[in-house]
Amino acid sequence: MRTLIFSTVAPYLTSLMVVFSIFVLLRGHNEPGGGFIGGLIAASAFAIYGIACGVSPVRRALYFHPMGLAGFGLLVGTLAGVLSVFFGVPFMTGLWAYVPLFGDTVALSTVLMFDIGVYFVVVGSITSIALALEERPSD
Amino acid sequence: MASPEKTPVDLSLAMVTDPVALADWLVIAPLVICVLVGAVLLMVRKNTALQPMIAIPGLCLLVLVDAALLGRVLVEGPITMTMGRWLPPFGIAFTVDLLGAVLTLVAGIAALAGGIYGAGDVNDSGRRYGFYPFLFLMMAGVSGAFLTGDIFNLYVWFEVLLIASFGLLILGSERGQIDGATKYAFLNLVATTLFLIATGYLYGIFGTLNMADIATKAPQISDKAPLVTLVSLFVLAFGMKAAAFPVNFWLPASYHTPRVVVSALFAGLLTKVGVYALMRIVLLLFPAERDILAMIIALIAAATMLLGAIGALAQTDFRRLLGYLVISGIGIMFAGIALASPGGISGTVFYAVHSMVVMTALYLASGLAARVSGGFSIASTGGIYRSHVALAGITLVLFFAVSGLPPFSGFWPKVVLVKASLDVGAWWLATAILLTGFLTTIAVGRVWLLTYWRNAPSDETAVAAPISALVDYLPLIMLTAIVIILGVFPQQILELSQTAAEQLLNPVAYIRSVFPTGGVQ
Repeated sequence: MRTLIFSTVAPYLTSLMVVFSIFVLLRGHNEPGGGFIGGLIAASAFAIYGIACGVSPVRRALYFHPMGLAGFGLLVGTLAGVLSVFFGVPFMTGLWAYVPLFGDTVALSTVLMFDIGVYFVVVGSITSIALALEERPSD
Repeated sequence: MASPEKTPVDLSLAMVTDPVALADWLVIAPLVICVLVGAVLLMVRKNTALQPMIAIPGLCLLVLVDAALLGRVLVEGPITMTMGRWLPPFGIAFTVDLLGAVLTLVAGIAALAGGIYGAGDVNDSGRRYGFYPFLFLMMAGVSGAFLTGDIFNLYVWFEVLLIASFGLLILGSERGQIDGATKYAFLNLVATTLFLIATGYLYGIFGTLNMADIATKAPQISDKAPLVTLVSLFVLAFGMKAAAFPVNFWLPASYHTPRVVVSALFAGLLTKVGVYALMRIVLLLFPAERDILAMIIALIAAATMLLGAIGALAQTDFRRLLGYLVISGIGIMFAGIALASPGGISGTVFYAVHSMVVMTALYLASGLAARVSGGFSIASTGGIYRSHVALAGITLVLFFAVSGLPPFSGFWPKVVLVKASLDVGAWWLATAILLTGFLTTIAVGRVWLLTYWRNAPSDETAVAAPISALVDYLPLIMLTAIVIILGVFPQQILELSQTAAEQLLNPVAYIRSVFPTGGVQ
């Protein structure tokens, strides 16, 4: 699939999709979206980049091994649940903090933190599978 | 929204409002530790030297927390923690009674032994494939299954441990391993699907998945809903998971293929999770329906234990033989479930503890035996007694224990189970248990004679690989010490398993722990 048109467009498409995936992740609490679907979008972005330009540029661009990203996501998601221990509430209870930022209030929560964890788990595991499937002996 | 102005909903009745004591976190701690350490290990997957250094302290911590949890359950009775503050039956509750706590602790000890042994047995490539992350993921699944109080959550933990076990099974990507893994994966997926179907059916009947909630509601609707069908589905699903006759064939087809330490962990942990889940369902939730199926479960038990013992007699491969011994042990545990008297269940709990320890230890011993004598074949190896007398001695203790000979841990649960079967006049079940013990003695005696006792075949050219004192012998000695202690001082564990049986048969304390005020009716 290494046509000129595709490999020219792919980096822009990939960056656009990654930005969009983060947008979907962040809006996910009250509207359609969230960590899982955001992660899928980001993973397909990396898969497209891999199809267009080969697997090793993707691995270089990601810097961390995709499975490492998945492990990081698992860590973040679990820690989001463990934070409840400091507030005397059961595991996985949603905790909220309203932070004033640029004249507006931003709602930060452990729910969002858990969703970010899910995002990384999905990105890491799906990208890992996709890259393994795309990898050719010649690469 | 019916009214334009928003009426605030009073959520305090549906949520946990009391602050949660730090000690209650013990309920969830085994799981959190497994997932956190597993996640860290996944991140440092390429650093093969670092992995055991994180994993073994992590497993030690897990054992300590499991022990603390058991101590707390002993003092306070069943304890519950509800996830995310939503009260059951809406929130997912983790409820730990004595049965769950004991099995979690023993599973933790078996995993610690496996983790230490794995430091010597699993090479760098196996570690890069993720032996330790998978081990922790599997332990998360096993602990979660033992601790949860929600049936769908139980299903999720089954999936977690199953996925981790797939990973462990194909750690070396050898041809035989892929072959074994295909059979294992296919049959286990069938069992999991049956479990899921039964769970959906259960939800359709009860509208709830909380175990304590179902246990209170089941007697009220037992004449209106097809509960016997439902329980039969669960028996089939968990029978398949536990490798009971006639759905046991996946176990001998796959357990001899992976690395020794993986076989050891599987034999020690996985089938017992199936037995545990069956006990939970048929004893805690549906005791009346179990009474109807009691004869079928008893026949399954007798067939499974005899088939396991006879299968073991026919094997010439040490590890395949052990696979059949695992099956035979499952049959003995099923006997207690079929009897469902306090004695029978306490025998099953004790036997589950014994079997987890002894089967893990036997597989580890078989790995060392293969390393010093050059293979798993009973016919072509020999001379271990002459070259490694300590290993031979430890293995003899384990052989005695697995056959149920005194003074080791296998003796007492069999005594309890035989007595319980004779109490209800099931002489044939008692005969099957005793006959199984006899056949097992012959099967392991044959291994002892050929692989250990006789001289090495004269054309011995293979240089025996060295056995390191620490990583190879330590886990084996640890497990064998437990086998001896349980056999010589059985009083404590007998009392423990009797209390566990009482809690299962009379789940008032379990239900009150989930619904302190009597629950939502």
